[in-house]
Amino acid sequence: MANLISRMVTATAAAVTRVGTSALAVAHEVGGIAVLAGRVLRRLIPPRLDGRELWTNLFKMGNGSVPIIILTAFFSGGLMTLQSAPFVQKFGATALAGWAAGYAVLREIGPILIALMFSGRVGANNTAELATMTVTEQLDGLRALAIDPISFLIVPRVLAMIVALFALTVLGDLVALGGAAIVAHTVMGIEWATMYYSFADNLAPYDVLHGLYKSLAFGFAIALTSCYFGISVKGGSTGVGRAVNAAVVAAAVSIMLLDFFLTYLTG
Amino acid sequence: MSEVAGTELRNVDKRFGGRQVLRNVSLKALPGRRLGIIGPAASGKSVIAKLWCGLERPTSGDVFTLGHRLSTLPELAASQQRARIGMLFQNYALFDFLSVLDNVTFALQRRGDIPADEIQDRAAARLRAVGLAGSEHKFPSQLSGGMKKRVGIARATVAKPELVIYDEPTAGLDPVTTQKVYDLLASDHAQTGGTVIAISSDVLALARFVDDIAFLHDGKIRYLGPAADIENVPDLAVRQFVRGEQHGPLSQHVPTPAEDA
Repeated sequence: MANLISRMVTATAAAVTRVGTSALAVAHEVGGIAVLAGRVLRRLIPPRLDGRELWTNLFKMGNGSVPIIILTAFFSGGLMTLQSAPFVQKFGATALAGWAAGYAVLREIGPILIALMFSGRVGANNTAELATMTVTEQLDGLRALAIDPISFLIVPRVLAMIVALFALTVLGDLVALGGAAIVAHTVMGIEWATMYYSFADNLAPYDVLHGLYKSLAFGFAIALTSCYFGISVKGGSTGVGRAVNAAVVAAAVSIMLLDFFLTYLTG
Repeated sequence: MSEVAGTELRNVDKRFGGRQVLRNVSLKALPGRRLGIIGPAASGKSVIAKLWCGLERPTSGDVFTLGHRLSTLPELAASQQRARIGMLFQNYALFDFLSVLDNVTFALQRRGDIPADEIQDRAAARLRAVGLAGSEHKFPSQLSGGMKKRVGIARATVAKPELVIYDEPTAGLDPVTTQKVYDLLASDHAQTGGTVIAISSDVLALARFVDDIAFLHDGKIRYLGPAADIENVPDLAVRQFVRGEQHGPLSQHVPTPAEDA
């Protein structure tokens, strides 16, 4: 009996230790991201950043992501229409087909899917780039030349990701509505005009804004996590892989948490 | 605040996690002179270079560089001091997104106080001096290790810094090129008259270049004195390292791969 109690106490202690270690590790990473956010914000007042890097990154991150975002948004809109199709047909509520698809896509599905795709494409690439520069001492090389790596590398990337994701979400919203209308017309035989009025009469401007301001928060989260894990990498080329993995997971978790709390707080 | 005239480590300890790399190290690089630092792999030589450049902070002790206590300066102020220092990294640390020419001109262009023509002229002269004329538009990925090293030297010296730190300036180079590089560094030093710190495992070639030499082993300075005397130092560890002997105090400590990294 004493032996059993001893084993249970040991197992409980080990479990508590594991939980504590994990909690400390998460707190360490969150703290690091918060410190990086502070450093970025300090360099924005007054602005100390490299304009050429900003434009380069805007083009690379924004323009390069357009095809994948169009694909994602089109099928998101189409999918929402397909999901609502049985109910629309059952109740003959074709006037609400656009509202059903548009409401879900503009407020939730569109911003989240576009952010996740953006994180996979741009955030992961950003982490890999910065991590490679870190392990090959290029960040130290910048510092040795009296160039602040935060101003030169991080601030332009953070701004570029926020602006690019916002712009891509605007584009994605339009494409998603187009996808919803095309699927509604071709699969369910709903008239173009019916879909148009369903969007126009039932969707409020706030439905669009709700998704757009979320995209700003998602862009900031993706930028910070991808930059943080890139510049805090340890352990050579294997460390680069681990950093990319950690950045993608952290960005996905951040997007979900932000989405929940922003929706809860702002409706 | 200026507290010492030169470049000095004072009672410096440096730990990385649980590993102590430097133990109570005190070392001074006198203005206008050339100091060499030698020692086995993973003895902390590159850490000293980074401390003097302000890229690392000591765990305890003070770091003075060109008269400033770099160990306590905020990052922005330390960065301003680094504009007076040239640093060649052991692994080059070239920017892979820039061409050879842009790597050399990058810092000067961002300073904004030197005309573009002069920057181009200076960079061209530096690249000619290191034997890389004609490679201006290549990228680091297209260069051999020796060429990267020479780009690193050009980048470290193009701004005519008051202090230049060369971390393994001749590693991987053949003896003829090694001598050429040291001749170039000596010629640069004769022109600028600044302070030079060179770190190398190639003892004999380094000893011909520097005035003073320090031997670092197990995180401590075991010898500091004239470079000309390095072959006759009575310390067994120094003697074993300089002569490349198989048996001796250094053989009792073989660095692990993790330490080497």
